[in-house]
Amino acid sequence: MFAFIISRILQSVPVLLVVALISFAMFAYVGDPVSIMLGQDFTEAQRTALVADLGLDQPFFIQFAKFVGNAVQGEFGLSYRLSRPVAELIAERAPATLELACCAAGVALLVGVPMGVYTGLYPRSLLSRAFLTFSLIGVSLPTFLIGILLILVFAVWLGWLPSFGRGDTVMFGWWSTGFATMSGIKALILPAITLGLFQLTLIMRLVRSEMMEVLRADYIKFARARGLSNRAINFGHALKNTMVPVITVVGLQLGAIIAFAIVTETVFQWPGMGLLFIQSVGSADIPVMAAYLLLIACLFVTINLIVDLLYYAVDPRLRVSRGRGH
Amino acid sequence: MRQWIAVALLATLLGSQVASARTVRWAASGDPNTLDPHSQNVGTVAMVLQQIYDTLITRTETLGLAPGLALTWEQAEPNRWRLTLREGVRFHEGEAFTSDDVVFSLTRALAPTSNFGIYVDTIESVREAGPLAVDIITKTPDPILPNKLASVFMMSRSWSERNNAPRPQNTRTREEMFTVRNTNGTGAFRMTVREPDVRTVMARNDAWWGWREATSANANVTEIIFRPIGSDPTRVAALLSGEVDFVLDPPLQDLARLRAAPGIRVLEGPEVRTIFLAFDTFRDELLYSDVRGRNPFRDLRVRHALYHAIDIAAINRTTMRGQSVPTGTLFPPQVNGYVQAEDIRLPLDAARARTLLTEAGYPQGFGITLDCPNNRYINDEQICQAIVAMWARIGVRTQLNSMPLAPYFAKIQRDDTSAYMLGWGVPTLDALYSFQSLVATRNGAQGDGIWNYGRYSNPAMDALIQRMKVESGAARLATIAEALRVVRTDVPVIPLHHQMIPWAMRSNIAIPHMANNQPYFRWARVE
Repeated sequence: MFAFIISRILQSVPVLLVVALISFAMFAYVGDPVSIMLGQDFTEAQRTALVADLGLDQPFFIQFAKFVGNAVQGEFGLSYRLSRPVAELIAERAPATLELACCAAGVALLVGVPMGVYTGLYPRSLLSRAFLTFSLIGVSLPTFLIGILLILVFAVWLGWLPSFGRGDTVMFGWWSTGFATMSGIKALILPAITLGLFQLTLIMRLVRSEMMEVLRADYIKFARARGLSNRAINFGHALKNTMVPVITVVGLQLGAIIAFAIVTETVFQWPGMGLLFIQSVGSADIPVMAAYLLLIACLFVTINLIVDLLYYAVDPRLRVSRGRGH
Repeated sequence: MRQWIAVALLATLLGSQVASARTVRWAASGDPNTLDPHSQNVGTVAMVLQQIYDTLITRTETLGLAPGLALTWEQAEPNRWRLTLREGVRFHEGEAFTSDDVVFSLTRALAPTSNFGIYVDTIESVREAGPLAVDIITKTPDPILPNKLASVFMMSRSWSERNNAPRPQNTRTREEMFTVRNTNGTGAFRMTVREPDVRTVMARNDAWWGWREATSANANVTEIIFRPIGSDPTRVAALLSGEVDFVLDPPLQDLARLRAAPGIRVLEGPEVRTIFLAFDTFRDELLYSDVRGRNPFRDLRVRHALYHAIDIAAINRTTMRGQSVPTGTLFPPQVNGYVQAEDIRLPLDAARARTLLTEAGYPQGFGITLDCPNNRYINDEQICQAIVAMWARIGVRTQLNSMPLAPYFAKIQRDDTSAYMLGWGVPTLDALYSFQSLVATRNGAQGDGIWNYGRYSNPAMDALIQRMKVESGAARLATIAEALRVVRTDVPVIPLHHQMIPWAMRSNIAIPHMANNQPYFRWARVE
């Protein structure tokens, strides 16, 4: 077990290095931060001084090596755009994104799994068909459109929920939370639905197909023959066995939710990391972009690791086969 | 029972207090990147800072000059301006405003890390001439110094030095500077909350000197809450749903809807920003063209032909939905030196354009690439698309290369372009700023030709610009008029239009529309 974790962590190092290299190489094309920082009026001398200041006149690999060296120490420098330490900026924005992502994942799981179970058990019922039609909407509409539609209906027409922002937040240490106030919770609803809708339909469809598959299996028939209650069969035997692929997908999707909250955060002006990233792209703020991409890569690596460990917990066969293999 | 009455009384009291709090919730697409007064010279920073900080000389509703922290200013000698300061002004944190603060602030704006060099570039030194008098010594006579000073905010020396911020942010330092998120001005509002990219709250500064002025007699805003909303539809939705009261930059395509919405008003007015096209007139062969061995843009007939081919009325009508002022000159009427007689476009005349191209030796036209930003000016990409189609009619096959502003400006600033679009705002409201940046020969001196990426060079124009820098009065106006005539006839750039900037707000807000796109809440009234 321990050896497994260590080997997975070692495997992730080259992955992170490659991500860093690719993102760093990409930055050559996002524009010139210098021209943005200098504004409308400057002399050639000011320009060269700034380029030298930022170290942009050095060869690519020296810049890259410096960047990696600093990143290992958690030092990402100062944002070109905001003149503030990058690590601080990201730490400030992370709670907003994480709260939003967790709510979205919660919505997706708590609604998606029961809907999937229901449609799997009663595939022909009217409600199941309604669910499936609804899920088509979730899959086919792009996120920004869903967000704008929700804003139009719930903020502009009905006036129930705010159209942007996080509402009032409360600080717990360095963590700013929107859960502590009514306006914070109200502000969470629309973005969480927008962000979670795609995952919700994905989970629902996955659970549905897995349920239908499992319900045809011999051991279910055997269980019915034993006279077990429907409840015990459906939830005790069938659902539990559908969970392995669901955990994989949910785990990976959690990473995706955090990484791709960018669109939702932009639509709702949600002050999270995704919005920070988009704003940084607009002004070629390389330190922030690099740190964000690395962070997201770390996140995916970590989530993958956790998912692998969860398999162990859920599926006893894996434990056995691993044991033999080593 | 008595308790209930007390509660009711308290409630009424609170209620009346809420009613007398006149809050304006204001949204715009961008948040100020910094609150340092001399670090970034961009509109999004200034729009918040000018609520908090004062300048020596301020702008009026029509962008004229009016006394601010300085009551009088005069050019005592050709190279010396004498300013007398307002008495009894205090900073938000209590420090008295004195001539020493002026010396400090102007010196700070002169620092190499300042982004405000253009406003102080002629200043040699600043000297106290008493507790409430300042002498500004210039390197050369500078007739438009007051116009420039209207953009330089005044800070407190003791506060800045105490907080270790004697200079604007230096990129080499690894630490955040105090002034990035903290302010201490003398202005009409003082900042109470600053959450970058989330909200900035400013409360009325009752001690502000200007509340006594006639222009602020009706002003009653007690609190400003500024919140950036980047997404266009969300910003409009927030206004429609009543979550914000004032939107500085409503998207053009939503204006009709906003005008029709109950309780919402759209205030329209011109901006001091002129959109134009410019060309590489320097290289012997263009980088992006199918013409080999010569540069068609160096031929005046070709520039005239391209000009004749543009149907500016169509762009105004369809692309801009009426929100533009077509122009034939380099800057709008608000700018000092504007001459109506020079604001004449070459008429739309495709036949004449084809004749000119044939005369110039391009009977079949030629191919070029037009570089264009797609998120910098209002409908920038659509304007370029329209022009591509118009040029196609006279045989000029144009490839459109549109890019987001960051890579776009990086590209044109390397002179890596053959034809490009630019929009030029004039914060000093004086003609020199436009001429110097856009059509002067680039010579390494501060300001000269720094935005002239076609490297247009005309000795006659250069001579006029050098004269503009030192002359004053009627002679200077004549020089500017002459330079405008050169622009009209020699076509270093093809002007398109001045941008219009609509503001949208709830009908209960009254605020003067400003051509510099800055809302002055010190003059605003909420009913």
